[in-house]
Amino acid sequence: MSAIYKKELRSFFITPIGYVFLIVFLAVAGGIFSVTNLLATTTSLSSYFTILLFSFIIMIPLITMRLMSEERKTKTEQLLLTAPVSLSGMVFAKFLAAYTLFAGAFLLSCLNFITLYMFGNPNTMAIITSSVGALFIGAAFIAIGLFVSCLSENQFVSAVFTIASLAVFLVLSMTSDSSVNAGVRSVLKWVSIYDRYYYFTSGLFDLTAIIYYSSLCFVFLFLSVRLYEKRRWS
Amino acid sequence: MIEIAGLTKRYGKKTVLDHISFTVNEGEVLGFLGPNGAGKSTTMNILAGYLSCNEGQAKISGIDILEHPIEAKKKIGYLPEIPPLYPELTVKEFLRFVFDLKGCKMNRNRHLAEIVAVTQLDDVYERAIHNLSKGFRQRVGIAQALVGNPQVLIFDEPTIGLDPKQIIEIRKLIKALGKDHTIILSSHILPEVQTVCDRVVILHEGKVVANEKTEELSKIVDIPKRLVVTIAGPKADVLKMLKNGQGILYAEFIGEREGGSNAFIVEAKPNLDIRKPLFYTLAEQGWPLVGLESMGMNLEDVFIYLTSSANERARLRAADITVIVEEENVKKKGGK
Repeated sequence: MSAIYKKELRSFFITPIGYVFLIVFLAVAGGIFSVTNLLATTTSLSSYFTILLFSFIIMIPLITMRLMSEERKTKTEQLLLTAPVSLSGMVFAKFLAAYTLFAGAFLLSCLNFITLYMFGNPNTMAIITSSVGALFIGAAFIAIGLFVSCLSENQFVSAVFTIASLAVFLVLSMTSDSSVNAGVRSVLKWVSIYDRYYYFTSGLFDLTAIIYYSSLCFVFLFLSVRLYEKRRWS
Repeated sequence: MIEIAGLTKRYGKKTVLDHISFTVNEGEVLGFLGPNGAGKSTTMNILAGYLSCNEGQAKISGIDILEHPIEAKKKIGYLPEIPPLYPELTVKEFLRFVFDLKGCKMNRNRHLAEIVAVTQLDDVYERAIHNLSKGFRQRVGIAQALVGNPQVLIFDEPTIGLDPKQIIEIRKLIKALGKDHTIILSSHILPEVQTVCDRVVILHEGKVVANEKTEELSKIVDIPKRLVVTIAGPKADVLKMLKNGQGILYAEFIGEREGGSNAFIVEAKPNLDIRKPLFYTLAEQGWPLVGLESMGMNLEDVFIYLTSSANERARLRAADITVIVEEENVKKKGGK
């Protein structure tokens, strides 16, 4: 499993995709930070994190689109699937490699916060909880992206469908507030990734949200393994 | 070493493998022969653990590939039809990755150096795979199969798409590997299997139609069953003689040739070599033999021979001969 993890991580930087992701992520995070904090002259990061989460919808497919699609297209998945490695090991290694890149970019973007400490007194707890929440949401999004990448040989198709899938969660969040029916509203709120994030921005750890994000991540990784398993039998 | 029993694979309603069974002994090089779509790659993919089967068993050294896939896969080196290579990596990086992927415990540098020497990859070891020629890529594909020194090697059409020089080199390499490994090699080229393999399993429409030692198959294949003979003699008499000739199954006039000679197509009965008797008979008659072109059995002929009934064979032969006659006439017109 570690061999696949190391190779995937290395592939991100042999091909330009790793650098592109880092640059785009840091530029977007820097841009959002400039507008929501520097120009607004506030140390509150709730707007920053909320907008950053929306930008994940576009940025995460950059690193997940090729994870499985490329292997299928170039037939290199035959090497992985005939090696003495379990399917779950293979899927998890790929997930972990993409997550490492994402987490690395995210942590680098946190360097922006130094300026807040230089000129103000930000709420450190809120920064920590918001970051932890964002890292969990990132994991769930990467798992969704990886699953979508299992479905197509074409990277572009994978990227588009991942953006569409992640956008569904955004739409659910928006409609949850405007939904008239109380029952529908509560269901949408329960499903919504963004609604659950609210407490993190206030400096609180929401355990149920963490469990929800982790479950989402687990379910999509599990589905990816099952999809590969099914493909062997069909 | 390898036991396959009642292996069946269906894609939807289509049965690709229909209860195939055969064994491969330790140290044997087995040729897996069949036209495209016969089920060769599917069988190999099942053996390598890439696909599952609907029925039957595939065992490597007594380990069932479906029940204990990880243990079984440790014993196999697999080269699929399209070598699974990461073009962005160098040969060295790729082989190191495969070494780690297979969880090998031996000394990495020494082991990879041995493989590179055997596969003659020294000159391209530090080069990126996307810069390599098809022949070298195929070698890298073979090299990755050798990593971990597996007892069983499975090569799916290893010479497809290579130029003649590369084909000869890869065949030599496989032959050399056959000394220390059990190998299954698939091909749709009859002479390739004859050159490299100890035994041949022929698949046709998902069924095993022959499982013979290579020498046995060669006995069927090598005897020139069909000849194009050019004889300087009267057309009608020669044809009559040929049709009544001993051991001759079929004879037909193709066309006139230069110098008043006539060309005929002649087919011998199975397992008979009619060339010498034909020569003596013609000599006795005083009809000089101007040309004798042997049309050895090709893979299609072997399939016809192995898979069809006597009536079908006659029908297919007649159709086939019509084609040959037409081709000969086209050649003749072109020559003029």
